[in-house]
Amino acid sequence: MSAQGLPGAAPTIDQDGPATSRIGVGRRLAGLMRWEVLLLGILVALILVGTSLSKVFLSGANFANLTSAIGEVAIMALPMTLIIITGEIDLSVESMAGLAGAVLGWLWAAGVPLQIGIPMVLCVGIMGGLLNGLLVSRAALPSLVVTLGTLALFRGLANVVLGPRAISDFPSWFTGFGFGNVPGTSIPWTLAVFAVLAIVFVAVTHRTWLGRWVFATGKNKDASRYSGIRVDRVKLVLFAISGLIAALAGVLLAARFSSARADNGTGLTLTVVTIVVLGGVDINGGKGTIIGVILAAAVLAVLQSALRLSGISSEYQGVAVGLLLIVSVIAPQIARQTRTLLVRAAMGRHSPAGPNAPGEVVGR
Amino acid sequence: MTHGLAGDPPDPAGRAPGASVVASGATIALTGISKRFGATQALDDISLELRPGEVHGLVGENGAGKSTLVKILAGVYRPDSGSILVDGAPREISDPGTARSLGISVVHQEPRLFPDLSVAENVYLADPPSGRLGSVSWREMRRLSAALFDELDVRIDVTAPARGLSMADQQLVEIAKALSIDARVLVLDEPTASLSAHEVDRLFSIVERTRDRGVVVLFVSHRLDEIFRICDVATVFRDGRSIVTERISELTTADLVRHMVGRSVSLFPKADAHIGETLLEARGLARAGEFRDISFEVHAGEIVGLAGLVGAGRTEIARVLFGITQRTAGEVLLKGEPVRFASPSEALRAGVAYVPEDRHQDGLVLDFSIADNVTLPILPRLFPRLFVRRSTERALAQRYVDQLRVRTTGVDQLASALSGGNQQKVVLAKWLATEPLVLLLDEPTRGVDIGAKVEVHRIISDLASSGLGIVLISSDLPEALAMSDRIIVLHEGRITAEIPRDRATEEAVMFAATGQNPEDGVAEVPPDGR
Repeated sequence: MSAQGLPGAAPTIDQDGPATSRIGVGRRLAGLMRWEVLLLGILVALILVGTSLSKVFLSGANFANLTSAIGEVAIMALPMTLIIITGEIDLSVESMAGLAGAVLGWLWAAGVPLQIGIPMVLCVGIMGGLLNGLLVSRAALPSLVVTLGTLALFRGLANVVLGPRAISDFPSWFTGFGFGNVPGTSIPWTLAVFAVLAIVFVAVTHRTWLGRWVFATGKNKDASRYSGIRVDRVKLVLFAISGLIAALAGVLLAARFSSARADNGTGLTLTVVTIVVLGGVDINGGKGTIIGVILAAAVLAVLQSALRLSGISSEYQGVAVGLLLIVSVIAPQIARQTRTLLVRAAMGRHSPAGPNAPGEVVGR
Repeated sequence: MTHGLAGDPPDPAGRAPGASVVASGATIALTGISKRFGATQALDDISLELRPGEVHGLVGENGAGKSTLVKILAGVYRPDSGSILVDGAPREISDPGTARSLGISVVHQEPRLFPDLSVAENVYLADPPSGRLGSVSWREMRRLSAALFDELDVRIDVTAPARGLSMADQQLVEIAKALSIDARVLVLDEPTASLSAHEVDRLFSIVERTRDRGVVVLFVSHRLDEIFRICDVATVFRDGRSIVTERISELTTADLVRHMVGRSVSLFPKADAHIGETLLEARGLARAGEFRDISFEVHAGEIVGLAGLVGAGRTEIARVLFGITQRTAGEVLLKGEPVRFASPSEALRAGVAYVPEDRHQDGLVLDFSIADNVTLPILPRLFPRLFVRRSTERALAQRYVDQLRVRTTGVDQLASALSGGNQQKVVLAKWLATEPLVLLLDEPTRGVDIGAKVEVHRIISDLASSGLGIVLISSDLPEALAMSDRIIVLHEGRITAEIPRDRATEEAVMFAATGQNPEDGVAEVPPDGR
């Protein structure tokens, strides 16, 4: 097809120079107000506070402690970020982690070697994720309800598989994954796994068109579908990945606890969602960055460690996580509004709706 | 029905001894109204008098200031300077409530009804009739709204929920709502944008009756033929200034267009094109409950118009051809090969593109940049190695932005920041980037100002010349007639006529669209004995 050579001269673009440069300044100020920058500031402040609280805060041992405690949660937060950007949610991840650990333990107790058991367990994760995904995309059910159901279902299956038993006679090379460092370094295995996954997720989300599809789906499902994006397929694949990663987290949990129990991972979903939302991902979909979520995971890890080192009991740490979740929902809104105000201030006294009032249509 | 204002004493004391302005007889007189948004002067020293018993047309391109003026009258915006006299007395319309109490009712372009409330509840939402003990009197509400619709000569079930009403009926509910407060000034902002010709007729008879009751009607529209049909006086806005106010009998279409764009334009530049091979063919296409027995061909270089009233099945056919919904009978051939698209992505790969009716909902991701929108359907083809290169994207988008003359600050600008006409050009750019064989256009110029409309027509015409097959769905009859090589007319899901370009007249199309059996050979019914 060639539609070139449309006749006539192009009309002038109606844009005034001075306004543009003033907007430029506003944008730069607004850039500094980015949520990721704020998170980085919070992280640095928390580290400073932690260091002043205790000498061991910056020690290698505490670092290992701190990263392994958040590791599985941070790993699960990566696919959760993409799912939330599409406007869905996966509440079943903690139960899938529990189910994966239980199945692994059951297989091990039945004499299946871990080299075979682990891939099998990861397949269980994909299947569970596909179940979520099919119910959400094909049956068009709300993911909140579907995954609330599978949250109970997967945990129930874990109990069926393992009962009240705890399988703890895993070989030491396996439990080493939970405690140990990558040989020759002081980097815990969990952190290494997270780092690799994080790089992959950053690249896919922000550098490939697969990521663009995820954002488009979250921002406007219908326009995406009309643009040839298989919105259903996008969601199905994301839920499958979430199941896979949750199963992987379950394997890592079993290694770190040196024990597979049906109740492994109970309560982690809350923390996963907290990290994602604290990372600046819009719970209504369409907006967010992986970097923000990585920073949020670090903030949470450092905060928990600081609380622990200052002798605050785990009950109160729960309170802190809850408060953080609420604050993290409110704060990005405030940051966004401040940013809009800055941009607007730079553009002069601009009304929220111009003469053509495009803003009215965009409203969320 | 009286004209007593809710907030005013009913006696005419306020009007009779009135100041000099009353002598002119204006219900509302605006003097020297200006309004500025940042760097944009939206309204510049506007003066306007609205007299009772007149339908006053307000025309102008998008961005000319019509909507701003409507919003000032509605109490949404406050003018920076200037004065507003209502019955000769200076008034501040500080908020929508004040506007209502002054008897100013505004019907916005898009109906904004509450889908789960009944028709009656929607009409009396702001001011429900009260019963004993201050509770809402539902019976009275139903009685009043039934009476209101009777007066409008509209048959509608006032107890039914607003959900499921057609666009036209929703519009009528909005009008009933506007009249329910004993409006003295009725502002209709693009009321016919989503109505078919038949429904426009009904609307106009309502407007005429309203005018005859002494209500001032301000009628904002893009469609010049409507201005000539319904208005007594017309005012043309351009770039925030009032260019001319004239009795309609003193004006011609060419005058209006010249005043609106500040230059002479020819309205519909459809060029003759070489008609080539058959690209798309539908044979006995049907989808249960929507349409049936649909057979037609689209050739290269040809524009086939689909005409019909709203609900005749035109959009439904396009949705099946694009793989959004599935047919229940018949077949579709693309270049002679039978095809069945399970999804839009399959249709796109095969070379069928669809510019949907609802730009904001289906056409664009408003929160994406122009470049991101343009490349959205072709990302896998553009970047087979997954990784997106911004420079490639921006260059491609820039090419289409230049070609279609999108007025923008750059391809990184958000789609939401563009005017309607420019947004539509971005939608076109997006589908052109897929390099389609067949382009389905659904109301491509709806809500687009006249300057941009001419450009969109030229683009469509050039596309046909370059060898695309185009299906044009349009409720704008002059547009459909001028742009189409053939017009297929639908009525209630069936083809009632197929009219070649040289025999297509508005009468012939309307005849077939209302389901009448043509007798005088003006239209041809396909000879398969329906």
